[in-house]
Amino acid sequence: MRKSRRLLSALVLIPLALTALTACQGGKKNEAKTTPGTSGGYTFAVVTHGGSGDAFWTVVKNGAMAAGKQMGDKVTYSSSGDPQQQSQLIDAAVNQKVDGLVVSMANPDALKSSVTKAVAAGIPVITINSGAEDSAAFGAIAHVGQDETVAGKGAGDKLGSMGAHHVLCVIHEAGNVGLEQRCAGAKAGLTGGTVENLQVDLNNPQAAQSTIQAKLQSDKSVDGVLTLNAQVASFAVAAVKGAGSKAKVATFDLNTDVAKAVESGDIAFAVDQQQYTQGYLPIVLLTLYKQNLNTLGGGQPILTGPGFVTKDNAAQVEALTEKGTR
Amino acid sequence: MATATAAPVDERIKNLGVTRQLLARPEIGALLGAVVVFAFFAVQSSVFRSGAGVANWLDPASTLGIMAIPVALLMIGGEFDLSAGVMVGTVGLTIGLLTGQYGMNTWGALVIALALALALGFFNGYLVVRTKLPSFIITLGTFLMLQGLNLGVTKAVTDTVQADAIDTAPAYRPAYDIFASTVSVGGVEFRVTILWWIALTALATWVLLRTRFGNWIFSVGGNVQAARSVGVPAARTKVVLFMTTAAGAWLVGTMSALRLTSIQANTGIGEELIYIVAAVIGGCLLTGGFGSAVGASLGALIFGMVQQGIVYLGWDSDWFKFFLGAMLLLAVFTNQFVRRLAEESRR
Repeated sequence: MRKSRRLLSALVLIPLALTALTACQGGKKNEAKTTPGTSGGYTFAVVTHGGSGDAFWTVVKNGAMAAGKQMGDKVTYSSSGDPQQQSQLIDAAVNQKVDGLVVSMANPDALKSSVTKAVAAGIPVITINSGAEDSAAFGAIAHVGQDETVAGKGAGDKLGSMGAHHVLCVIHEAGNVGLEQRCAGAKAGLTGGTVENLQVDLNNPQAAQSTIQAKLQSDKSVDGVLTLNAQVASFAVAAVKGAGSKAKVATFDLNTDVAKAVESGDIAFAVDQQQYTQGYLPIVLLTLYKQNLNTLGGGQPILTGPGFVTKDNAAQVEALTEKGTR
Repeated sequence: MATATAAPVDERIKNLGVTRQLLARPEIGALLGAVVVFAFFAVQSSVFRSGAGVANWLDPASTLGIMAIPVALLMIGGEFDLSAGVMVGTVGLTIGLLTGQYGMNTWGALVIALALALALGFFNGYLVVRTKLPSFIITLGTFLMLQGLNLGVTKAVTDTVQADAIDTAPAYRPAYDIFASTVSVGGVEFRVTILWWIALTALATWVLLRTRFGNWIFSVGGNVQAARSVGVPAARTKVVLFMTTAAGAWLVGTMSALRLTSIQANTGIGEELIYIVAAVIGGCLLTGGFGSAVGASLGALIFGMVQQGIVYLGWDSDWFKFFLGAMLLLAVFTNQFVRRLAEESRR
């Protein structure tokens, strides 16, 4: 009986401990809330489809947070790669009656009802990154992003001018429409050459590298590799070296390693969509809209890319990637 | 016959009193957890406890719950299904391709998808009982195969990685109304999936506790040899459980496809573990033979509340998985304490 009483008390203590533990977390947040507002004082929610811990989306988040700080707005960031969960996160933001909403639309159809619901509730919405085609139709006031097809075309064109004829387009997220558009764009841009898609898993770097390497070994005619993510670019460089191939590597998106590799010539160029601005600008635009009813873009997407990082500017950009803003 | 009256009461059917009986229920830990989690978020956020807030966190809880229930039954029966998550994607894509690409009637697509899901469930179950290999391995194989199939077929048919235009098919609207619409209660839109979830919880609880098949589930999960020797058709029970899980995947896949009107080739990957988490929080033992449907639903409820609650409190979403993991551990510890307590008090 005594033992069971001890167990019972433990049972009561566990949920209490849980509450105490989590209450600390809550307290910390409330502090941030009381940051004195400078000009804005609004609450904006950013809901993206990026995985947490993804290098690209961390920069977007940094941009949004920095803008929030400068504008004096409170910015919350949440994300889910699953469209249904993302739509639920949007619903949650609408319930909280936020002053503005920033949404990345990798799968516009799936988000349609949630985004239009937000618009109907009188919340200004800005779409970012993907979903430019549906942005205006859903009632968003602007779209900030890179046109994937245009960017892919630019990359294909540039690879072609460097003498590539058979390019491998490495897709790291099965199911992302934007990535498919980039490869299709590259195909259109690479006149007189062929583009072949290759599927790898971003969560398993070793396997990704050996997949690319195996492809390069088995097909010696491949003379260009286009990766769509900065981390994959590093694997591709290693794979090209491992296979003893002469293929040129180019990539979408940037990180410090890529900037270094561009500088040293391992990577020919990087297509930069300057995603910091995809986080930063919407917060500025929403603040301007709330205070001054400004709308930018005139119904056209506000393009943040493609910017090209080549040997000429790689050193400067590298310094910026270390700060988490490029 | 006269000696029977003198025999002591069998301890298995001894009356234990309400408190002890309650403590011995598998879902008591989850119930406690759900109350604590609700109180925790409701105190701090008025939106969380508002009607719209409740509708919002019941939404993810409902589809998770619908999957967690059959997964819990399967776990009580002593098996796992790692292909359950990706099967949701397979169903959604099948419906998406048949309706959006080939313009098939929505009902026809649903029937074909159901047949496909049941066949997959049968395949899993048959292989497990025939080879006697761990279901973990068999369904891991199905999981990977379906993942490749989902992407391969979708790309081959559509040239993209998603099946869309589901809402352009004939009879989309009535199917949407049944599986994916919202029901207005007091001006707040609740997902119809919540009703499905509650109904299925009740149905599964009835099957488990009041039917012969329910007894079979517990017995094959507890001790399959003993179950066989008393005449339980163990193989058939397990195959039916795998097919039930597949039917759950069909239901959730249908709901997803009709609601989103487009479905991605990577849908459902990784979800299989979440279903198992919900079932375990709800008191299911990994070793089988113990657990409940209500528990699994409560596990899903906790999951939904935490997932959306973190958003309402404005916490950094980077930490979400950490809280989830910590909660899982706390839940299983609590379950273990309660179970020990219950066993001790019996003596």
